[in-house]
Amino acid sequence: MSETPKIRVRNLKKAFGRKVVLDGLDVDVGVSESLVVIGGSGTGKSVLIKCILGILKPDEGSIQIDGEEVVGMPARERERVNRKFGMLFQGGALFDSLPVWENVGFGLIAAKHATRPKAKEIAIAKLAQVGLGPEVADLFPSELSGGMQKRVALARAIAADPEIIFFDEPTTGLDPIMADVINDLIVKITGEVGATGLSITHDMASARKIADRIAMLYQGRIIWAGPTGEIDRSGNPYVEQFIHGRAEGPIKMAVQV
Amino acid sequence: MKLLQIIGRVFIAFLATTGRLAIFAVSALSHCVRPPFYPRIILRQMIEVGYFSLPVVGLTAVFAGMVMALQTYTGTSRFSAESAVANIVVLALTRELGPVLAGLMVAGRVGAAMAAEIGTMRVTEQIDALTTLSTNPMKYMVAPRIMAGILMLPIMVFIADIIGVFGGYIVGVYSLGFNPSNYLQSTWDFLEVEDVVSGLVKAAAFGFIVTLMGCFHGYQSRGGAQGVGAATTNAVVSASILILSFDYVLTEMFFAK
Ligand SMILES: Nc1ncnc2c1ncn2[C@@H]1O[C@H](COP(=O)(O)OP(=O)(O)O)[C@@H](O)[C@H]1O
Ligand SMILES: [Mg+2]
Repeated sequence: MSETPKIRVRNLKKAFGRKVVLDGLDVDVGVSESLVVIGGSGTGKSVLIKCILGILKPDEGSIQIDGEEVVGMPARERERVNRKFGMLFQGGALFDSLPVWENVGFGLIAAKHATRPKAKEIAIAKLAQVGLGPEVADLFPSELSGGMQKRVALARAIAADPEIIFFDEPTTGLDPIMADVINDLIVKITGEVGATGLSITHDMASARKIADRIAMLYQGRIIWAGPTGEIDRSGNPYVEQFIHGRAEGPIKMAVQV
Repeated sequence: MKLLQIIGRVFIAFLATTGRLAIFAVSALSHCVRPPFYPRIILRQMIEVGYFSLPVVGLTAVFAGMVMALQTYTGTSRFSAESAVANIVVLALTRELGPVLAGLMVAGRVGAAMAAEIGTMRVTEQIDALTTLSTNPMKYMVAPRIMAGILMLPIMVFIADIIGVFGGYIVGVYSLGFNPSNYLQSTWDFLEVEDVVSGLVKAAAFGFIVTLMGCFHGYQSRGGAQGVGAATTNAVVSASILILSFDYVLTEMFFAK
């Protein structure tokens, strides 16, 4: 790869107390590429994304966004880099005290990119992009079904036209049909704006659908990475076991954590 | 050996929490004085802390005033000093009972609610979501609540003082047979500015303690509904203990003058 990757992670380490979660992880995400990181529950997929977003502070290692080192960056600079990001949280993480449109327009108002009326206008446009009508705008998140909440969260993630969008288990907790609808939306939206995507999931159907490239996280490192088409001939016993969902194999589920 | 280990562990945990709390408090206060401010949220919190707590605080104050009048009458009548009742009631209320009772009531009502709300936002990743939307959660969530606490408690205590004196007056006049105008006269005559001001300073300190504890425990909470429950309890208990101990410290400071 000659051009600078959008995201470049090197030797990333993160432990909570004595529990090592990320142990020297390396990963690259190219411009306009969609990388999906797969791995079992509790392997540190969310921790990886939170380190890149700056929500968690890595113990060691380097994270570069567009070639710019963000580990140890001063807060103000960091905020500027963070404006490139959009994030879809695992549980949606919608603000339940605010109506849907204010959720979607929150980042725009906060970054002073738009006044409140303008933000509402943009919010309604973004809601339309994820297939929700303007009548949803004035409802509260608690009044929506799980699938609709995911869509609103997706609209919020893309509201500020981010260059890089993170998806944390976008299909978890949805029925297979709704999951597929969300997958289609993710493909459509990242394609439309040419955004770079970093998703994490343990749902293989979702991974196959949205990924250009897949990487597998196991014991704090990326143990395999390759184009989506090659995942079935990875020749890696860990990947084989994971994609076929077998209990028997080299991966031992930690029953005691 | 086991026992020493346990004592050591508890002591270290205590020191660690104290340190975290101190950092949290300094950071929260510094965000109170640095822009951007969120006037909408500050206003909402002021209404939440002040207006909605008034009934409870007023009710507590009126009964405190009534019981103070009865008890001081019992005491003073033993050495024929009944004329001091009105004076003692107003001193006790402005210097002690007003701020302490209001502080404890608000700890139960507002501190608990803040811990529960912020704790829920923490475990549902809403606080992380704020960070990704160009918003500092300390500034957006914590600073407005702390400002509301520091500003509203003195106002409430001032009202509580008046209501409490009124309670004492009712008992004094209708049950103990004081002359109405004499009672009010002696309430007023011996009251000094410092009595009221020291009570209001205490109130501001307690307002800070209650909101700080609510925010801190909510912010630190981990692990789902159970974690939020624990945060709520801890917020109320620690705020109550701190109110009573700081009450002594502040009284000592005012006493020395
Ligand atoms: N803030 C935190 N404090 C302590 N431990 C954490 C924290 N966040 C995550 N962990 C631990 O890190 C491990 C990986 O978590 P996570 O990244 O959420 O897994 P997943 O791959 O399912 O997203 C888990 O065992 C979790 O308990
Ligand atoms: Mg996760």
